[in-house]
Amino acid sequence: MHRFANPARFLRLAKPLTPALFWPGLLMVLGACGWGLMAAPAERLMGDTVKIIFVHVPSAWLGMAGWTGIAFASIVQLVWRHPLAGIAARAIAVPGAVFAAICLLTGSIWGRPTWGTWWVWDGRLTSMLVLFFLYLGYIALANASSEKGDTSRIASVFGIIGAVNIPIINRSVIWWESQHQKASITLGGSSINDAYLVPLFVSVLGFSLLFGAIVLMRMRGALAEMRIDARMRRMAAD
Amino acid sequence: MNHERFIIAAFAVTGINMVWLTLSSYFAMRKSEALADDLRQQP
Repeated sequence: MHRFANPARFLRLAKPLTPALFWPGLLMVLGACGWGLMAAPAERLMGDTVKIIFVHVPSAWLGMAGWTGIAFASIVQLVWRHPLAGIAARAIAVPGAVFAAICLLTGSIWGRPTWGTWWVWDGRLTSMLVLFFLYLGYIALANASSEKGDTSRIASVFGIIGAVNIPIINRSVIWWESQHQKASITLGGSSINDAYLVPLFVSVLGFSLLFGAIVLMRMRGALAEMRIDARMRRMAAD
Repeated sequence: MNHERFIIAAFAVTGINMVWLTLSSYFAMRKSEALADDLRQQP
């Protein structure tokens, strides 16, 4: 891992990797959503609204995975002083917040025809809303940092402490009575019919690749800004 | 209840957010990298 601590080495890898993640991801997302919309059958209880899972489930997964990434990068930054870890955590924050917001919005849109309400204050929905607010707090803390392109220690500590919400989201439907359905996909298998499971898997994979490409773009932008700052300081000193 | 408008709304919300996120990240990256390269080439 320390091999990639060097920004120049990271950029040599990130430049070809960005389009290599982006284009297959975009094709997979478009293919899976088109497949899901056109070919997936209506579900017995939910009817056609089941098609919303092709955007709702990937956004929920990436909202949670994003914060897990922030927590991991924050630990690496605090313990090993990895120069890219802070930049990675900061680059994940906005895409993670956007996916958490998409999850909340599409879930609400799904809830209205399925449950008869836009929102209920149950464990799953509330803990997901808390995750969205955690993202906003992290973004504010990271932006308040005086060092551009890096996160403050406070943001890193916040990123680690906030990770306690991830298992709460995951277990919320088991711990509390919830309007939200229980997990359909577990390590033990899936209770979803293949007609939905296959396009859902492609959609999750595609959105994950897009997420990776967007995080790389934001890391490259942050590294370029650091180079600009360093150059400006040298020019001012001359 | 007509489900079609809910499905369209969910996909539209996702599409709009994804387009905004991708384009804003891409153009910010391009702008910063172009400026950094310009500055590097200055004597």
